[in-house]
Amino acid sequence: MNQQPTTNNQQLLTVEQVNVFYGELQALFEVSIQVGQGETIAIIGANGAGKTTLLRAISGEVPVKQGQINYQNKATRGVAAHQLTKLGISLVPEGRKIFPSLSVSENLKIGAYSNRKGPWNLEKVYQLFPVLRERANVSGTNLSGGQQQMLAIGRALMNNPDLLLMDEISLGLAPIIVKDIYNVVKDIARSGTTLIIVEQDVSRSLQVADRVYCLLEGRVSLQGQPADLRPEQISQAYFGV
Amino acid sequence: METVITVVLQGILLGSLYALFAMGLSLIFGVMRLVNLAHGDLIICAAYLGLVLTQSLGISPFLSLIIVIPAFFGIGMLFQVGMLNRTLGKGPLPPLLVTFGLSVILQNALLLGFKADNKRLDAGSVETASLQLGGNIAVGILPLITLSITVAVMFGMQALLGRTSLGRALRATSDDAATAEIMGIDSRKMYAIAMGISLALVSIAGVLLGIRTTFAPSDGPARLIFAFEAVIIGGLGSLWGSFVGGLLLGLAQSIGAQINPGWFQLTGHLLTLLVLVVRPTGLFARTREA
Amino acid sequence: MLKSEITPVVTDIPKLRRIPERWFALISGIVVVVLLTGPLWAGAGLMRNAVDFLSYLALAQMWNLLAGYAGMLSIGQQAWIGLGGYSLFVVADDLQLPLILGFVMAGIVAAVLALPASWLLFRLRGGYFAVGTWVIAEVFRLLVTNNVEWLRGGYGRTLNVADFDPDTRELVTYMLAVAIGIGATALVFWLMRSRVGLGLTAIRDAEVAAGSLGINTNRMKLFVYVLCAGVTGVVGALIYLNQLRITPDAAFSPQWTAFMIFIVVIGGIGTIEGPIVGTIVFYFLREGLTDLSEWALIILGAIAVITMLFAPEGLWGLLKRQFSLEVFPISRWLPVKSSEKN
Repeated sequence: MNQQPTTNNQQLLTVEQVNVFYGELQALFEVSIQVGQGETIAIIGANGAGKTTLLRAISGEVPVKQGQINYQNKATRGVAAHQLTKLGISLVPEGRKIFPSLSVSENLKIGAYSNRKGPWNLEKVYQLFPVLRERANVSGTNLSGGQQQMLAIGRALMNNPDLLLMDEISLGLAPIIVKDIYNVVKDIARSGTTLIIVEQDVSRSLQVADRVYCLLEGRVSLQGQPADLRPEQISQAYFGV
Repeated sequence: METVITVVLQGILLGSLYALFAMGLSLIFGVMRLVNLAHGDLIICAAYLGLVLTQSLGISPFLSLIIVIPAFFGIGMLFQVGMLNRTLGKGPLPPLLVTFGLSVILQNALLLGFKADNKRLDAGSVETASLQLGGNIAVGILPLITLSITVAVMFGMQALLGRTSLGRALRATSDDAATAEIMGIDSRKMYAIAMGISLALVSIAGVLLGIRTTFAPSDGPARLIFAFEAVIIGGLGSLWGSFVGGLLLGLAQSIGAQINPGWFQLTGHLLTLLVLVVRPTGLFARTREA
Repeated sequence: MLKSEITPVVTDIPKLRRIPERWFALISGIVVVVLLTGPLWAGAGLMRNAVDFLSYLALAQMWNLLAGYAGMLSIGQQAWIGLGGYSLFVVADDLQLPLILGFVMAGIVAAVLALPASWLLFRLRGGYFAVGTWVIAEVFRLLVTNNVEWLRGGYGRTLNVADFDPDTRELVTYMLAVAIGIGATALVFWLMRSRVGLGLTAIRDAEVAAGSLGINTNRMKLFVYVLCAGVTGVVGALIYLNQLRITPDAAFSPQWTAFMIFIVVIGGIGTIEGPIVGTIVFYFLREGLTDLSEWALIILGAIAVITMLFAPEGLWGLLKRQFSLEVFPISRWLPVKSSEKN
């Protein structure tokens, strides 16, 4: 199941046989994934399957104990999170993590801290999420949940990322807002940005993803293109039954 | 009545120095939740550096700031990078104990280098000049300069934190260092810059202190306590709070000294303890968790 | 290092070789007997040194209990030394009561005054708690110096204890020092083996979680804070029975706390053995540098800072890791293979 195709230059990111520990607790077991340039990858799995840990390992927030992560054909092990951000990896973190003492516009500007060149700027983000312009001078934490999620996505876009990681962006939001946000995600994907989306909502992620990886108890239990995967296959990989 | 006005004026002018002490302490606590226990000793060190410079170069202490401020900014960065950053993530005790150790080392190094005598910075005629405000009320020019510098520093700090990219990054780090990292902000660098700024403020405070009054190597801890009291009175994490807290502390001390010279420090301590009882978050605290 | 990197699941916890409890009891017994019979075999100089050593040991044990075990970093323990010292002078000299009552009073006064102090201090956290303890100590110093006439604080005072000849006084001082030094160590040992120890460890490691598990964190911290104040007060009485002359500036000097901190940090914070090792190191360093008091403090401070930076577990921690040894049997292990370290 875990057979790897040979890495080629089209791969933006490869994760090879990665083990991650929290203290002495192992969270990821020899996880391998490949992400091609411009692809949208969905990572699905139950609570505690290791999805967030995988994103945090890719973004440099948790150290990789064994195995290797290559980004743009360079090994990222030991590279600090803030340096990876400068190299174009942006994360929309679980729980949004809006800076409370910064206003909405300041939260966006801080996203551009690394001064990376690219299509996104304050004006473009405001066009994408007009409500943020209306509330530009409000403290970021005074927004509604959906608006905060937009702010978190906008903030990550301000870095003009080559690889955008999104963690549970639908969590706790009303279905109608989730739909709006996923329409924006599709736009972002269409613009050529490579995406990795972590999601518990399987059907939602199957709609946007080119390929899917399912994690079960820290291991890759299934991978493939949405069209090739049968529902019972997915539920088996998801629940392990 | 004139006495009252004089006491109040003296208190406010004294307090402006305390506000300056407090700002540096407050900034460090805001950005990295650390109380620098060597804060007071660093203030005294700055006064001694001013002394060495004025004596060896024959310049005015005010002019010596041109060297003292950048020197202390650099010392602050080095202190953070070389020592405190190594203690990060190991719980609250190690960084505190390191600053405590540094405090004792600095105090005794000053004793070795300068003996226990009281020293003073000579700023010439500015020290004794005063402004007559009618009646028998006069305000010293020097305290007025101190107050103006403190107010200018306040506005400067506010602009730096509120309007610049660096200020945004410092506030983001203060809010949530891990998330700031994924914005591309090197939190260790932010800590170093914050410590540099804190010590730059310390150095201004130290030189002004040295012009205003005599100082000795063992004076540091008391300055730390004054800075702490200003912060507690004003409220944690609030720049303007620290400023007003400093003024109130100066006022309390000035009133205490008027009643009985021995009560000079005691009234300040008692005001602080009173604020702790009545309003533990300080008078001007922001609601943010400390 | 490398080996542990490859092992995926932890199977080998560094097993502490614990000295068998029978042996531990035997060794402790021998130490106690040797100390108690001191007057029979030791010279006056050695006994004086022992008094000094045991006072510092007791101070360090108490500071370690407070900061190392309960996580309360105090830099104002001099408050209790000063209050204890003055209590002794008042009881023994002014009231002409037996010396031993002075020691009891020293403990009571310090513990009772620690109550209102804690009420104020427990509103502060971490570093601000630390500076707060210092302010409290300063308030006591200023009150004793200027405001409480009957203490005759201002210029310092001398203990008269007229009913003692010097030899008897030294013997009494020595015996009290042995009792206090061993007592403080035994107290921490006993506490850490009791339920209190378990609760304290929980508070130090995760205060909020400990609270949610039903540990009354505030009451436990209060208990430790007041206890440490009381015992430190008793040590204050011992120190000034030994020195015979007290001034507010010396008795309430922050240097006392600096010594406690350096001893504990160098020896190993959060262990019972640490303060013992630290006191030995401190003692020899101080003896070696008697004429250079500033240098002594600079060197002590530097060693403490370096310890914190590079070996935060202190000398005892290094020894413990080298030999996997624990002298005082207080650590607890889950049976079978646990995934918990320490």
